Amino acid sequence: MANYNLKINGKTHQVDVEDDTPLLWVLRDHLGLVGTKYSCGIAQCGACTVHINGNATFSCVTPVSSVGNAEVTTIEGLSENGDHPVQKAWEEVDVAQCGYCQAGQIMQAASFLENNPNPSMEEIDNAMNRNICRCGTYHKIREAVALAAKTK
Amino acid sequence: MATLQKASRRDFLKIAGTTAGGLVIGFNWFSCDSPKVEVISTEEILSSAKNFNSYLSIAPSGDVVIYSPNPELGQNIKTSFPMVVAEELDADWSKVRVVQANLDTEKYDRQLTGGSGAMPHSWERLRKAGATAKYLLVAAAAKTWNVPSEEINVDNGIISHKPSGKSGHFGEFVLEASSMEAPEEVNLKDKKDFKIIGTPVKNVDSKEMYTGKPLYGLDFYREGMLHAMIQRAPFGMKIKALDDAGARAVSGVTDVVTFGTSVAVVGTSTWPLMKAKKLLKIEYEPDGTTIESSADHDRIFSELMANGKSEVRRKDGNVDSAFKNAAKVVTAEYQCPFLAHSPMEPENFFAHVQGDKVELIGPTQTPDRARQETARLLGIPPENVTVEITRLGGGFGRRLRADYVVEAVEVSKAVNAPVKVTWSREDELTGGAYRPAVRYRFEAALDESGNMVGYKLRGVGMNAGNTTRENNFPAAAVDNLLIESVNYESSITTNAWRAPITNFLAYAEQSFLDEVALEAGKDPVQFRLELLQRAKNNPVGQPGYDVDRMIGVVKMAAEKSNWGKNPNIKQGFSVYFSHRSYVAQVADIVTEGGTPTLKKITAVTDCGLVVNPTGANHQVRGGIVDGMGHAMYGNLTFENGLPKQKNFDTYRLIRLKEVPEIDVHYVDSGFDPTGLGEPALPPTGGAIANAIFSATGRRLRSQPFIEQKEFSDIKLDIRRS
Repeated sequence: MANYNLKINGKTHQVDVEDDTPLLWVLRDHLGLVGTKYSCGIAQCGACTVHINGNATFSCVTPVSSVGNAEVTTIEGLSENGDHPVQKAWEEVDVAQCGYCQAGQIMQAASFLENNPNPSMEEIDNAMNRNICRCGTYHKIREAVALAAKTK
Repeated sequence: MATLQKASRRDFLKIAGTTAGGLVIGFNWFSCDSPKVEVISTEEILSSAKNFNSYLSIAPSGDVVIYSPNPELGQNIKTSFPMVVAEELDADWSKVRVVQANLDTEKYDRQLTGGSGAMPHSWERLRKAGATAKYLLVAAAAKTWNVPSEEINVDNGIISHKPSGKSGHFGEFVLEASSMEAPEEVNLKDKKDFKIIGTPVKNVDSKEMYTGKPLYGLDFYREGMLHAMIQRAPFGMKIKALDDAGARAVSGVTDVVTFGTSVAVVGTSTWPLMKAKKLLKIEYEPDGTTIESSADHDRIFSELMANGKSEVRRKDGNVDSAFKNAAKVVTAEYQCPFLAHSPMEPENFFAHVQGDKVELIGPTQTPDRARQETARLLGIPPENVTVEITRLGGGFGRRLRADYVVEAVEVSKAVNAPVKVTWSREDELTGGAYRPAVRYRFEAALDESGNMVGYKLRGVGMNAGNTTRENNFPAAAVDNLLIESVNYESSITTNAWRAPITNFLAYAEQSFLDEVALEAGKDPVQFRLELLQRAKNNPVGQPGYDVDRMIGVVKMAAEKSNWGKNPNIKQGFSVYFSHRSYVAQVADIVTEGGTPTLKKITAVTDCGLVVNPTGANHQVRGGIVDGMGHAMYGNLTFENGLPKQKNFDTYRLIRLKEVPEIDVHYVDSGFDPTGLGEPALPPTGGAIANAIFSATGRRLRSQPFIEQKEFSDIKLDIRRS
């Protein structure tokens, strides 16, 4: 066990966990930040996507020991009032079915649009292809990312 | 025209008082009779301090609370049910709050999610609940203002009397209304007057989902709760010896518990358990049933197809003579693999066993089954078990079972603490209850003119029960028909999987009918329409489907897809009836630079009245994406009782870049709404397979398509507009 001071959503959190504990389980089990989801645990589905220094990262394969001083942002910290342009677009387009993967989708989209504010549809497809939605909301996801890009 | 609904007197409760109360209307889920009326305090209503599960409540503030009884797994019932109530109430939708109800078998009937059955079951009950509340509010306003209730108008949560210029919101009349007697009969609105139903109302959980609030079972945590993960035995095996020393040595592991053929590692958080589970040394031995591999299944299919004892599901005419005298016979076999459900939220449940009482919290499609199985396991009365239903991160039928609930109960009892059991993705793929593998043999007899005069279907399934839907199309359209089913009892557990049986049968049948149409020298759409016309004019026995509605979707799909109009677009047609709804689909493939490209799927649905177009479109598109993904990629194979695919790296799910444009249309048939969680899935595999044949000449008779040798040199591109 070791002590880690993690910068998450603008605050410092101290946790005492094993070095190899994935950031995902630190967030969920130790810090109560359950918006970041577990689904595959092997970086295949993207449900666990968070931002590390602004980059979309699969937290299920990110050991807590590798985070260091980096700024971690989770869905809970993406905006103060749930009004990030991507969140608003998701609401406007009414993307979700079961909704379980959508926090990860939103984090993927937010990071992508930060780096590429005026993407083509093909670029949106490539970026969002990293995240699985078992309900098949893919048409709505494309639409929402395109809308967020327009309204940003 | 408004319809007058009869209700029986015994279903009303006497209104008990008029303390600071709101108006509360119970949906009477047990019958189509009118709702009950009770009074409870506003504070209780809005603080949800007690479980007034079945009630629509209106507070003096004008806020309306509607409890949604059925589990929400993405089918959008938590939004569409309240829409129906609010419609008949003429409520202001912005003042409606929706609360997920806990299990309450006294208040609710059919509190489950499965079979696309919730809306047809509850449609009239929901309308009456809203209409009864509106009636009482109007009567209260009429009494308060001393005006005839016929002169009162209700719109958007406001009650008004034009001649006197008086008006007020619902809340102002709830006290008075709650002292009035509920009517025996209520008028329901004319459908043309609907203002909420038929509009795209947004998901009521949007904000919570998009800001990461704890909504799902896996998000449930409680002080002092322990976590558990479980190693389950391969199918056909049991535990011979266990060495748990390595697992127990992992920091954070508090216990290792064995029950049945499972070993549970218990601890204070999830990650140590994932590690500890891998350190369990378990020696297994045969349990006396069978230890199966996929090669065994292929052999069993062949043997049982030839010689297996079948159950005759339907027999019309004389198939033997029809096939003997046929001008042409077409025969083909189709096969589908086992599939996992793979909801994005893996199975999990919280259980707290305290003496003879149990608290259950988590994602389930069948809360009452969870209660019953728990009660049976512990030998306690079912009423000692409470079930709180969380939002479900998908279900697809997997959560119709309570196996993962009972595990949590076992562990909680063993360690005498509140416990949440979490399945890993590997557990989900290897833990059983799959869509069964099935093989079908179809035979069609054609006469000289290419008419189908004989039809035989024989299905062999692995724990599939009846592998056929004997009264579905083309039954009633063929003079001589034989439908048989053979079941093999496998040690591999199976379960309903979104659109059970039809999720594969529809593909096989619609692809086979395509083969028959082409052998008969007929256009596939025309061929189906001729058969349907026969079923309509001169049916052979009873059709298990509404022939006119089937014809309706076939014709509209042909029209909307420009069927056969553009020689450069190779099309595949498919139509299927399941779960009371009708869906026809056309897949378009264009070959560009030698590469066949799937450009579009056109879908025409008759699900009666569309309650929420957004929700309906979601279910149609989602069903098609699901049907396409599993037809293309889904495959679970076995070796010595264990699946070979253990996570999404080898068990392939469809991704965003693999879905074509989907063009969605509905037939305005005038029927009451039927369910849509499943019916759009079955036709998809057939539409795509038939389009692939049209474009390439390759007939895909097994799924997944990408693993068939007929598909090996086809690079199917997907293009979205």
